[in-house]
Amino acid sequence: MAILKVENLNKRFGNVQAVDNISFKVEEGQVLSLLGPSGCGKTTTLRCLAGFEIPDKGKIFLDNRDITNMSPEQRGIGMVFQSYALWPHMTVYGNLSFGLQIRKLDKKEIDERIKRALGIVRLSGYEKRYPRQLSGGQQQRIAMARALVIEPAIMLLDEPLSNLDAQLREEMRFEFIELQRKLGITAIYVTHDQAEAMVISDRIIILNQGRIIQIGTPKEIYESPHNCFVAGFIAVTSFIKGEISKIDKDNIVAVKTEDDLLIYAKRPGLKTGNKVSIAIRINTVQFAEKDKYAADKKNIFRGKILQASYLGDIVDYRIQLGRWIIRTNESSKINYKIGDEVEIYLPPEELIVTPDEV
Amino acid sequence: MNKKEVKKKNKPIVKKTIEMVLFIFFLFILFAPIFSILIWSVAIRWYWPNTMPQEIGFDYWLQALGVTKNLTLGAVNVLPAFFLSLGIAIIVVIISMLVSVPAGYALSKLKIPHILKGLILILFLLPRAFPQQPVFLNLMLLFNKVGLNGTVTGVILVHLVVGLVYAVWITTSTFNSIPPELEEAARSIGASRGRAFLKVTLPLAAPGLIASAVFVFLQSMFEFTGTFFVGLPFVTTLPMTLYSASGSNIQFASVIAILLLIPSIIFMFIIQKLLKAEYIGGISG
Repeated sequence: MAILKVENLNKRFGNVQAVDNISFKVEEGQVLSLLGPSGCGKTTTLRCLAGFEIPDKGKIFLDNRDITNMSPEQRGIGMVFQSYALWPHMTVYGNLSFGLQIRKLDKKEIDERIKRALGIVRLSGYEKRYPRQLSGGQQQRIAMARALVIEPAIMLLDEPLSNLDAQLREEMRFEFIELQRKLGITAIYVTHDQAEAMVISDRIIILNQGRIIQIGTPKEIYESPHNCFVAGFIAVTSFIKGEISKIDKDNIVAVKTEDDLLIYAKRPGLKTGNKVSIAIRINTVQFAEKDKYAADKKNIFRGKILQASYLGDIVDYRIQLGRWIIRTNESSKINYKIGDEVEIYLPPEELIVTPDEV
Repeated sequence: MNKKEVKKKNKPIVKKTIEMVLFIFFLFILFAPIFSILIWSVAIRWYWPNTMPQEIGFDYWLQALGVTKNLTLGAVNVLPAFFLSLGIAIIVVIISMLVSVPAGYALSKLKIPHILKGLILILFLLPRAFPQQPVFLNLMLLFNKVGLNGTVTGVILVHLVVGLVYAVWITTSTFNSIPPELEEAARSIGASRGRAFLKVTLPLAAPGLIASAVFVFLQSMFEFTGTFFVGLPFVTTLPMTLYSASGSNIQFASVIAILLLIPSIIFMFIIQKLLKAEYIGGISG
């Protein structure tokens, strides 16, 4: 059953259409991420769900109640902010009991719930501390606990991990997943970090300029992006643009570029003459060694190393191929230098063809 | 090597001596004027070239406080003026807070176009943007027409005109310094606008709002020019008695000056206790 239904949400600020006709549903116990670059409308959408913005058009239903125009305190949501927004003049206990006192629970129940919540976020015994005495990760967990302790119908998270350093962020990601699975939380999660979205989401909505570009599971979005924008956003990708020159059996297409490169890839539903972009994921490029490629020698190209960045276990190469630049990662055991001439192989089945927008 | 080592050992002593001298010099500059007034207030006879008064006594103090009534000293009971100043200041603070706290909150939190916000703030600033005497002269002429001259109400209004400038700017910037997410977090968890204000915003804004109140209070106690134009001849505040006395009777004037200073010093103590550093530091957390 869908807990949250958003229908045709629209919000304009001056000349900018921040949210452009957005509709989606969230099922109970699911995590839906709103993913996109800065300014794509994800935060505005979340704020409409929370009640801090009123949409110009459209409706929001929570548990079948129309909450579109309701003030935030009546919606029954729990929200976690990017800056945690813990109240500095209250202790951890004060922060956590605030919402419970509003709901007029008796002290015994409040104490119990707080104890449980602190146990879940692994900060038992921290009741008397002040936010300024906590580290970033601890503050984040208290902010999470504060939203959990009121047992809301849905949790809204606005880039909750952005303020943490990289290592802590990764740790907290897994903690969040555990928490979510254990408690069956329904959540809407806003982030600009595609790795984060991939890890925590049941479904991802890719947004750009206020519009939904694609909705799907992480796997669907990674393997079947609808267009270049999605393909390029969800992972590091190089693009080669061209036109379909020939269609073979098994949905193999031949793409001819302006500088006469012929690249074979696989994608159904295309016609000759279609303008396409071939998305090459960073881990699909192979350095060709003799006899290691397909017998018919398709998709082997000569390139020159432009840049080599040593990353420890791998080296990140940028290779000039005709007028295109292809990025690839390769084990640091092989060491090409800038200026080296190399032969690279692009396996046709692993290339993603996305038609250019008309 | 010996010479260098000796020089190194002497260096901290030299440094500390210089520090001490500068510190004493600083204290002197800060407190010497008050000290001077203190001496004058208890000087019965002090003629040049003596560095200290020839005769000390509390006569002028007793006159000022209305305990004695010696017409020859030229000092009169200033307690009525003192309590009038105090009373006016308290009323001015109350009205000022009632106006500037909502105004500051609205200008800070509500969605008003920036141009309008700027205009409103400048509107409050305008009275101070012009030379004060012409402004108060004008005020006096206006008040004449509505019969507010020489009334306590008129003086209160004048003090408000001056005080609200600072009050609104201070409260606005105080509310600005509180991140909006703190209130939003309260509302997202179930607090109404009013509850979020009372339990989250107000406690965090308290230091700034108290500062605003103290500022307005002191400003009202010391206000002279406007009060002079509008208050005469019936309303006599303490600064006005000081003005009258300062031309002829230095001892009397010194007593009044100290009486005026007492509230400021008391408030400095109170503020020091109330504005704990943690309060201010905690907001950015």
